[in-house]
Amino acid sequence: MRRFSWLVPTVYILFLMLPIYWLVSMSFKTTNEILGSFTLFPQSFTLDNYRVIFTDPTWYMGYVNSLIYVSINTVLSVCVALPAAYAFSRYRFLGDKHLFFWLLTNRMAPAAVFALPFFQLYSAIGIFDTHLAVALAHTLFNIPLAVWILEGFMSGVPKQLDETAYIDGYSFPSFFVRIFIPTIAAGIGVAAFFCFMFSWVELLLAKTLTAVAAKPIAATMTKTASSSGYELGLLAAAGTLTIIPGAIVIYFVRNYIAKGFALGRV
Amino acid sequence: MNKTENQKAWFLVLPVLVLVAFNAIVPLMTVVNYSVQETFGNNVFFWSGISWFEDVLRSPRFHAALGRQLTFTFTILAIEVPLGVLIALAMPRKGIWVSVCLVLMAMPLLIPWNVVGAMWNIFALPEIGLLGNALNALGFDYNYTRQPGDAWFTLILMDVWHWTSLVVLLAYAGLVSIPDAYYQAAKIDGASSWAIFRFIQLPKMKRVLTIAILLRFMDSFNIYTEPSVLTGGGPGNSTTLLSIDLVKIALGQFDLGPAAAMSLVYFLVVLLMSWIFYTVMTRDDEANQ
Repeated sequence: MRRFSWLVPTVYILFLMLPIYWLVSMSFKTTNEILGSFTLFPQSFTLDNYRVIFTDPTWYMGYVNSLIYVSINTVLSVCVALPAAYAFSRYRFLGDKHLFFWLLTNRMAPAAVFALPFFQLYSAIGIFDTHLAVALAHTLFNIPLAVWILEGFMSGVPKQLDETAYIDGYSFPSFFVRIFIPTIAAGIGVAAFFCFMFSWVELLLAKTLTAVAAKPIAATMTKTASSSGYELGLLAAAGTLTIIPGAIVIYFVRNYIAKGFALGRV
Repeated sequence: MNKTENQKAWFLVLPVLVLVAFNAIVPLMTVVNYSVQETFGNNVFFWSGISWFEDVLRSPRFHAALGRQLTFTFTILAIEVPLGVLIALAMPRKGIWVSVCLVLMAMPLLIPWNVVGAMWNIFALPEIGLLGNALNALGFDYNYTRQPGDAWFTLILMDVWHWTSLVVLLAYAGLVSIPDAYYQAAKIDGASSWAIFRFIQLPKMKRVLTIAILLRFMDSFNIYTEPSVLTGGGPGNSTTLLSIDLVKIALGQFDLGPAAAMSLVYFLVVLLMSWIFYTVMTRDDEANQ
């Protein structure tokens, strides 16, 4: 049976690739061809859709804006989550379990519910339509996740490591930065991957909190869909390009996943 | 692990607390504020007590949306979790194919949600889409914009396509972390592959699967962008999940009071169910400490 087990992932990957193939093949078709008939391969192969995106700043700045707020969010979430996860994995303190669950509840808050209040809050403090606004809003669901993942990795590291370091004369900050962080580098990689992923794919809050200056690519796409008719080829090209940053990120963290983690003691 | 009692640990948690509280509490209070008031526009508000909550709890529309939401969430959990574990078990453990599998499988996770919705919208169109065209060519009468059953099928297939990989990645990471010694011991004992799965692999994957299941539960309950782009809740109301209904009420009809009351009820439902999941799944952990 083991000999045929490669079939399962192969079939699954084929299933995953079909819609992606359809998107990529549409991006090389003209809108007329897409709407006119069913063609398995592009008949009149064109690169026009990509040319529009790379020459029009309203298009390519969307990618830049998205990348900026996603990066701010990832760095911010991981940096504040690190000490908190350490506290949860090493110490018992007043209300720790309640606090941990309260953090998780913020992931449960439906973005559809919070979009409007967020808009009012961020307008009131004057950061509406900045990259910082989106990055801050996304910390609501990314920080709890980062704390959760990092806590898992940290509780897999034996406490003797900390104690030996203190005996050797390390202070807490220097132990944390010079010994502990390198030890859980894989955890930081995985947490950063998830923060990047959830911030990159989110649209509702990102769209609500921006107008022009920090407009994400996904919002540019929805605006185009409604304003200039239905330029399917162009949208497909823009969609195809949104896959690339994610593919690069997963390429860099694949080894952390391949090496395995149990998020706790093994 | 034995944890030390240390109240100073609060200082380490403080940055997270401040950031999340800023983001969570002010907007939540805004919603609570709307939920107990009546407005006739022009920013004039009247106190209306808990009447909106009574309306929501009695409204057949809310019950219907909640029912659809529960059906959706439990269907996708029942498909994605076993399927994800199965694929993770069948994946290679060493060599170049591991990287190829991981990178390709992670791709759907990294596509913006509106692109996922738009992509499936066209992919499933009966005439010009690959899926719709293929199904019709095979003799099925498939049209997801007209038939509620087809719309549900498309919606669930899209979610399985989109999110099974999350379960696969986490389950796979858990599986790989199991030391070889466990398998050797099992081999000596002559354990069947089911016994290995039940008594070695499943317990060792518990923490990662807890995260996978809870994430899928919470995120599928809050799903908005993909179904709203794919079907817009239609045909009729057949795929109007909770978030879509909420946005229809809040922005479409601009009924802030009822929408806010509904949001809170909705939030409490997610909270309660997540709490049950969380307690059940982490109970053994506590017992071990």
